[in-house]
Amino acid sequence: MSAITITNLTKKYREVTAVNNLSLTIEQGELFSLLGVNGAGKTTTIKMLSCLIKPTDGDAVLLGNSVKEHPQAIKEKINISPQETAVAANLSVAENLELTAGIYGQDSKSAKKSADEIASQFGLDGVRKKKAKQLSGGMQRRLSIAMALISTPQILFLDEPTLGLDVLARRELWASIKALKGKVTIILTTHYLEEVEVLSDRVGIMVNGKLTAIGTVAELTEQTGTSNLEDAFVLLAGGVA
Amino acid sequence: MRIILFAKRNIKEILRDPINLFFGLGFPLILLALLSVINAAIPPEANNPMFAIENLAPGLAMFGTVFMALFAGMLIAKDRTSSFLMRLFTSPMTALDFLLGYTLPMLIMALGQAAITLLASGIAGLEITVNILLAVVVTMLTSLLFVGAGLLCGSLMGDKAVGGMCGALLTNVAGWLSGVFIPLDLIGGAFKTTTDVLPFYHSVQAIRATLDGNSGDIISHLAVVMGYTVVIFVLAVIAFQSKISGDKA
Repeated sequence: MSAITITNLTKKYREVTAVNNLSLTIEQGELFSLLGVNGAGKTTTIKMLSCLIKPTDGDAVLLGNSVKEHPQAIKEKINISPQETAVAANLSVAENLELTAGIYGQDSKSAKKSADEIASQFGLDGVRKKKAKQLSGGMQRRLSIAMALISTPQILFLDEPTLGLDVLARRELWASIKALKGKVTIILTTHYLEEVEVLSDRVGIMVNGKLTAIGTVAELTEQTGTSNLEDAFVLLAGGVA
Repeated sequence: MRIILFAKRNIKEILRDPINLFFGLGFPLILLALLSVINAAIPPEANNPMFAIENLAPGLAMFGTVFMALFAGMLIAKDRTSSFLMRLFTSPMTALDFLLGYTLPMLIMALGQAAITLLASGIAGLEITVNILLAVVVTMLTSLLFVGAGLLCGSLMGDKAVGGMCGALLTNVAGWLSGVFIPLDLIGGAFKTTTDVLPFYHSVQAIRATLDGNSGDIISHLAVVMGYTVVIFVLAVIAFQSKISGDKA
């Protein structure tokens, strides 16, 4: 069953077409990676799907609701971990989590319970009372993703979730993301191709606002006659092999 | 529910910053002490009541609330640049949740600040009457002008620009053009005409009229301030809405 059905989705900023006629279906529980060089249209696509910006043309239906007609219904069911850590700096870890849970409709008691559970799940138990600004970059990322998951979203957008993390922190986050596979539909954007290979069910490659290739990692390497995703990506993104 | 949650977050975010606490609560008291000392040093034969407590108290009550623009503006600008607002924009929060969630904490702080400043003025010699309580409420109302300015600047600018605009420029403009630090009637001319047109002088006069129990003057001065406030809030809502709709995010 599809979680996201995108039909001819287009976003134009005056003369610039950031996303051009994008059509795509993503299944429930799938982890779909969106790849592309800077300016390819990945973030604009995510912004349209998460109802942050309106499409110029076309539509996307998320869990039965159109981004154009019922954005508020979609917002109840999705969550996002933006590129920046996007946490409330002077609030503690527990306060950040409880705030997010409350915003998504949980009462104070449920929010506290959810915060305890997700803090434990993401290894944030020991820093629950620490202010977010006092956490390391890796811990802030974990908090950011925990905040995105505390509302138990059916669709989760992860925009470069491991940007700037060291190898160990990245591996820990991968494990957390892997644990969500099959339960939550995840759209991931990243520049780390190893991450894509480890985590993704399918991969879409965007070039100049267009989706130029789609498939599993194996399908993309086979299609390009390459031995790894990086070489396949370079070829499909129009670079020099 | 969401409004209260978000307002609580915003008040914590501001009050947990010691610099904000200093400017929000301490700075008007320091000015009160300093200008009272200057007033005591002015010889009676100079016949200059500029810094007499009856004149000083309403001026400082108004001047303290200028910092609400800085607090509101910096908070929104930081929420934007850290993508915290982007996270909230994808949540079920509505435009009203954001507007009231940012405004209510500022009003509560303005209320507390005005109460502290006017009660401290009472200790410094201002006659303590029930009018002080009313003046606290009127100061809270006039502070909406600065809250709106903060919402507007925070929606349009980065945190550094907000610091310059609300922290440096607005505090100076409001300070000089309200008559807190200089005798406007003595200067007169185009300067006085300008201060009459702008809302800062009227904010001080509305608070002063409240302390004096002069209800007619309260309404006439407050009407000017509220006129500006409505315009600034409409502009702030338009600017913020354009961020929510995302096309200029």
